[in-house]
Amino acid sequence: MSQVTSLARDASHHHAVPERSARGRRRRRVPLRERVSGLMLFVAVVAVTAITVLPIAIIVLTAFKPVAEVNAFPPTLAPTDWTLDNFGRIFNDLPFARLILNSFVFAGGVTLLALCFDSLAAYVLARIDFRGNRVLLIAIIASLMIPFQALLIPVYQVIADLGWINTYWGLILPRAADAFGIFFLRQFFLSLPQDLDSAARLDGASEARIYWSIALPNAVPALLTLGVYTFVNNWNDLLWPLVLTTDAQMGTITSGLTQLTGPGGIIPFGVMMAGSLIALIPLAIIFLFLQRRFVASVASTGLK
Amino acid sequence: MVTGIASSLPGAERTPPRKHRTPARLGGTGPLSRSARRWLTIVVFLLPALVVLGTFNFWPMIDALRLSFTDASGFGREEFVGLDNYLQVFTDSAIVRSMGNTVWYAVLFTPTAVVVALALALALNHPRLPLRGFFRTWLFLPFIVSLAVAAFAWQYLLDPQVGLVNYWLQTFGIRIGNVLQDPALAMPTVALIAVWKSFPFYMIVFLAGLQEIPPSLYEAARVDGASNWSRFRHITLPLLGNTTGFVLVIATIAALQAFDQIYILTGGGPYRSTQTVVMQIYESGFKNLELGFASALSYVLLVATLLLGLVQFALSSRRAKDAAA
Repeated sequence: MSQVTSLARDASHHHAVPERSARGRRRRRVPLRERVSGLMLFVAVVAVTAITVLPIAIIVLTAFKPVAEVNAFPPTLAPTDWTLDNFGRIFNDLPFARLILNSFVFAGGVTLLALCFDSLAAYVLARIDFRGNRVLLIAIIASLMIPFQALLIPVYQVIADLGWINTYWGLILPRAADAFGIFFLRQFFLSLPQDLDSAARLDGASEARIYWSIALPNAVPALLTLGVYTFVNNWNDLLWPLVLTTDAQMGTITSGLTQLTGPGGIIPFGVMMAGSLIALIPLAIIFLFLQRRFVASVASTGLK
Repeated sequence: MVTGIASSLPGAERTPPRKHRTPARLGGTGPLSRSARRWLTIVVFLLPALVVLGTFNFWPMIDALRLSFTDASGFGREEFVGLDNYLQVFTDSAIVRSMGNTVWYAVLFTPTAVVVALALALALNHPRLPLRGFFRTWLFLPFIVSLAVAAFAWQYLLDPQVGLVNYWLQTFGIRIGNVLQDPALAMPTVALIAVWKSFPFYMIVFLAGLQEIPPSLYEAARVDGASNWSRFRHITLPLLGNTTGFVLVIATIAALQAFDQIYILTGGGPYRSTQTVVMQIYESGFKNLELGFASALSYVLLVATLLLGLVQFALSSRRAKDAAA
């Protein structure tokens, strides 16, 4: 296709021979100005990208610095002596192996349960027309607008009444279904062609069967997007694990790292960056594999 | 408590239709028992999500409202105190200050984040920019980093003794000192860290909006000899209006919820200059155990967010209409 258009352009140039000299003069002037502004644009974008990447670079590089270099003046970007000491110390200063496990159980558990519960509800809301469907949908959309922070205290109270402070259930269950997820998957199920399941329905397949063997397999891209979004958000969350876990053994990586600051406000930066780097690894892996798809779906659905 | 919620759930309303099963069954067999099975399926499919949302979303909303009229502390009897908590929210100078701080944070954060995101989206959409995919990938990176981890990194970068930013600025003769302990600079600093974390998402939304503008419009403007600025002013900005509105509202909502980096970097200080509403809810509710008062403050936050949410809803339905057209 691009070949065709370039051919067409060549052809039109050949026809435009008489005008060429006038156009050529103008063309030489404009590119120079545009080239300068293009260069300025490029330099500006490079500068902003460098500033954007700087904090991430500092985490990666500081994690491998020996203590003396971390606190040296003048400060340096990269370590001269690469060391793994900080990684040893983080497992010593905090129950870090347990925190990693907790982060996976919390973020992974929320993701699995939410995908399951959200897709079940979304399927019914999208594909079955029943009385109350609209009312339910409106209630779900309304609850989408309620910030989690505003419900922190009563949700904490519910968990406390259930005796689930410092438990995985307490961390996971309040997020095991999510209004946004239901809404997002409902929109996706609506977009699937109806013919597939009406054929299956004629064959006498149950709704459970249509959900499981037609709707879900077709929804894999949407489930993946929602799954990544849910996992990343919960993996990164600070406030909820901070509030719900008073036992140092039950925190997540994020909430655990806030406990590193010693009395007198002395911060072991090297150890902190080693912990931060470990927290970033699963996200970096997800990012590498799913960046393109995720960026595209963020843009089209406006999920945050 | 949980069963009480379950019965108040919208899902429970669905039991009445099942009553019709019995008389219906007397008439026929096949199709009608299928309708009963259909209702059973609907209930079973909806139940897990509705129990979770009911217990941890709808019920807490009601419970927070009730708590906000009591002196609940987590211990002993809760006494009804009428509007005292709300009175305190709007008269206690420390609380009024935390709301003022939140507005100040929003004023610092929202326009900066939106302008940075729009500028970068325009740059990434510029046909003359090479390596666009490369830049988009790296500029998107803060999106996956948690605000907490970002706060740790910036804490090291901004450290007055061993921080690189201070050191580099000093070589240009600029001394910023300990910004996180400076009552005037602490808030702009934590707001800028949030800008760093948030702009990639807004940028991607803007990019999607830009790609929907038909290139033919720019071609036509170029033929008419319109300058870069007037093309931006008269084509890009108006056609991006709904997207900009949408981003502005979600950025403002995000600003009202500021907590993570403030908790880590300043703890609300120095001299409570970075104490935001959510920081105050955390302090009142979990440090001072004033659950009643913290619930009242939560409700003020909730109403503010809901109002913004309604604006967002109106904007996004307009956006959807535009996309459909």
